[in-house]
Amino acid sequence: MSVARELVSWLRFAWATLSSMRTALILLLVLGIAAIPGSLLPQRPTNPIGVSDYLAANPVWAPWLDRLGFFDVFGSVWFAAIYLLLFISLIGCILPRTATYLKALRDLPSAPPGSLDRLPGHTAGTAVGTPAAVLDAAEAHLRARRYRVRREADSVSAERGYLRETGNLVFHICLVLTLIGLAWGSLFSFKGTAIIVEGQAFSNTLTQYDEFGAGAAFAPSQLSPFTLKLDDFEVKFETGPVQQGAARDFTAHVTVTDADGATTRQVLEVNGPLSVGSNNVHLLGHGYAPVVTVRDGSGQVAFSGPVVFLPQDANFRSEGVIKAPDARPERLAFEGIFLPTASSSGSGGMVSVFPDALNPQLLVNVWAGPPKAETGAPENVYALDKTGLTQLTKGGGDPLRAGLEVGTTYQLPDGRGSLSFDGWKRWTKLQISTSPGGWLVLVSVMLAVLGMAVSLTIRPRRLFVRVHPETTTTRLSVAGLDRVEGRGGLTDEVAALVAACGLEATLAATDDEEEQ
Amino acid sequence: MTAYYSSLGMVTSAVLYLVAMAMHAAEWASVRTSRTSRTRRTKEPATVAVVAGGTRSDWESSDSEAAPARTRREDVLGRMGLAITVIAAFTHVLGVVLRGVAAGRAPWGNMYEFVTTSLAIAVLTYLVLAWKFGMRWLGLPVTLLLTIGQGLAVTVFYVDVAELMPALHSVWFVIHIIAAATSGAAFNIGGIAAILYLIRSRDEELGGSGGYLSRLPSAEVIDRISYRFLAFAFPLWTFTVAAGAIWAQYAWGRFWGWDPKETMSLVTWIIYAGYLHARATVGWKGRRAAIVAIVGLASFWFNFVGINLLVSGLHSYSGIQR
Ligand code: HEM
Repeated sequence: MSVARELVSWLRFAWATLSSMRTALILLLVLGIAAIPGSLLPQRPTNPIGVSDYLAANPVWAPWLDRLGFFDVFGSVWFAAIYLLLFISLIGCILPRTATYLKALRDLPSAPPGSLDRLPGHTAGTAVGTPAAVLDAAEAHLRARRYRVRREADSVSAERGYLRETGNLVFHICLVLTLIGLAWGSLFSFKGTAIIVEGQAFSNTLTQYDEFGAGAAFAPSQLSPFTLKLDDFEVKFETGPVQQGAARDFTAHVTVTDADGATTRQVLEVNGPLSVGSNNVHLLGHGYAPVVTVRDGSGQVAFSGPVVFLPQDANFRSEGVIKAPDARPERLAFEGIFLPTASSSGSGGMVSVFPDALNPQLLVNVWAGPPKAETGAPENVYALDKTGLTQLTKGGGDPLRAGLEVGTTYQLPDGRGSLSFDGWKRWTKLQISTSPGGWLVLVSVMLAVLGMAVSLTIRPRRLFVRVHPETTTTRLSVAGLDRVEGRGGLTDEVAALVAACGLEATLAATDDEEEQ
Repeated sequence: MTAYYSSLGMVTSAVLYLVAMAMHAAEWASVRTSRTSRTRRTKEPATVAVVAGGTRSDWESSDSEAAPARTRREDVLGRMGLAITVIAAFTHVLGVVLRGVAAGRAPWGNMYEFVTTSLAIAVLTYLVLAWKFGMRWLGLPVTLLLTIGQGLAVTVFYVDVAELMPALHSVWFVIHIIAAATSGAAFNIGGIAAILYLIRSRDEELGGSGGYLSRLPSAEVIDRISYRFLAFAFPLWTFTVAAGAIWAQYAWGRFWGWDPKETMSLVTWIIYAGYLHARATVGWKGRRAAIVAIVGLASFWFNFVGINLLVSGLHSYSGIQR
């Protein structure tokens, strides 16, 4: 059927176009251009707040950018389309080139072209000795210089620099392998974060993660069992005048129990991740968890322990919510601010002036309300759902605010109970992830660099000698050809070859020495 | 105190580079040639230099052949420019070393330290080129770059000596920075050569202005010099990006996260890959290749200055308080 034939010819045309070098080059440049908005515009996966700010600031055209995927460039369909096409194109050019290369490796260099006098560095002259002797000398000279030599009755042709193509193919193949490694990684990996307070432990199950993301081919049942207890977390901040308060050192001492039940004590640092089985554990962040005790109106302890507060600024002014839903007769809740180094600001409020806990204070607002029926619905631990609660106020109607120092207790008015600020602990935010395929990416990138360095430094060269017998001497013609630009010294090398042939007199040196 | 002498060395070098640049500018301006020598030049393109390739004559300016004899004044100006650059390079390198001593670590912890180190590599490379290969003709654009770069460093980028932030405590970081500074230097020299190539080839098309431009090697030679620097820089840049990715894997648990810095590095990489590729295979020698090289250099600088200062990401280690 002609339709089928037409389809085949169309497909063949499409393949030829796609696998052409020019197409690959264009796709490569398009990929580069497409990546630029991804570096200039805020991106949802890395900077969701930036995106909403941007949308708010540019209400006219930002929604259009959003619709076109500009706030998640690297997850967008069009970006994927470009790199898939590039990938296919790359494979399309590597296959035929590899075949050509393997054939060229087995073949001898090609015979000299019809006339040598048009080639760069062409020199003609006469030499003593028979043609065979001259060619022998030329061959010996070339072999000593590690050329691959082809000997004919009246000529020698030689080639050097095959490694260039080897390096080049290694580079291109490794590029494909890198992409495969990346794809593998994104399909089978997972990444999650969890916050752990000093003295507490994390066990590797889905419910213990605060955030969790995984590739399409990853099943939660593949999480390998281990537990990790944060024994102690040390921090050091710059106390000198320059960059005061900047982080200088973080060290987490942890106890890891792996799948076999073996327990080890290990140290986790910012650039020193742990590996537990196939999991990597990274230290991403830290903060403070005030330790409090809430007593209710009947004098019972309604809540006791550390509460994770989230840092809001570089000096770790931290916010969090203390909830005591079991307090009776009324349940209690506190919106808190933790200041590691509290100091009063000029305008009367309190601020933190240093990230380390030198003068910790806890400031709270108090909320109370009738007990709530247990619904089992998950609640955000960092925010207070105020339905059914009323804020306690001072006499004048202003919200009640209490400031506590470590070791103090605040008595709530009207016998509602008390809040004790017993101390504080640090927490760390850990990232647990796997990177399957990472070794493939690493090895292939390194090989690619190597291959590229080889292919950029080795410059193949061909040299030719042709002889014509004369009565007592031999007339010879010598020339060279560089297959790539950027290599110098062709005339020198031709001259050396001519000398090796036993040149007696130079005939006509050409003036046409332009590089081809 | 060491920190003070370090800054002194840097500031001195910036000023001296400016003086050296003025010398080279005067050198360019002082060249006058007669009509006859100009026509002779255009008839005799410097093929000797082209074919001789890697030998000294390749790199040297072609004036020994066809161009008119140097005037004394011009030569003196050029020599003074070079001499001042040598002194400036000395105080510059001293500044970098003392900065390392003052900080008690390799001086690559922030943008200021990175620029000054990279420019020190660039100036040393230039001095070797000028001394070994007679490439003093790079003087004007190189001192221009150094004046701007060191000037920006001591005014805009400057931060006081401080310890490294924890994310930078890594061997891979050190490797990453050395590779980046070196390839940065080579990208810059290659880019300068590409710009000179455009100017020179235009000059050749117009039949030679007879000014200082005729002192430069032929456009073809400049093109090849540009290519060599970029071909050296590119694998190193690839390695830089890879080492950065390994470092990121240690520090943040992912080797690639489309952070603005990472993205722009990739874009720069792609532009230079396009350059080499187009040259090697499609045969885009000359003008178009030079333009791609210049775009690549612009992207390199944008990645460095623009991304560090304008866009916030994990790589915000410039240490400059905004
Ligand atoms: C259709 C696909 C492709 C073909 C046919 C192809 C072909 C080639 C060839 C023939 C060379 C070297 C030319 C020479 O021997 O001097 C080369 C070099 C190079 N290619 Fe590709 N390529 C393709 C795709 C790509 C892609 C997608 C990249 C991505 C970055 C890439 C990066 C490079 C680089 C960096 C070089 C420089 C190394 C050198 O100059 O030898 N290529 N390519």
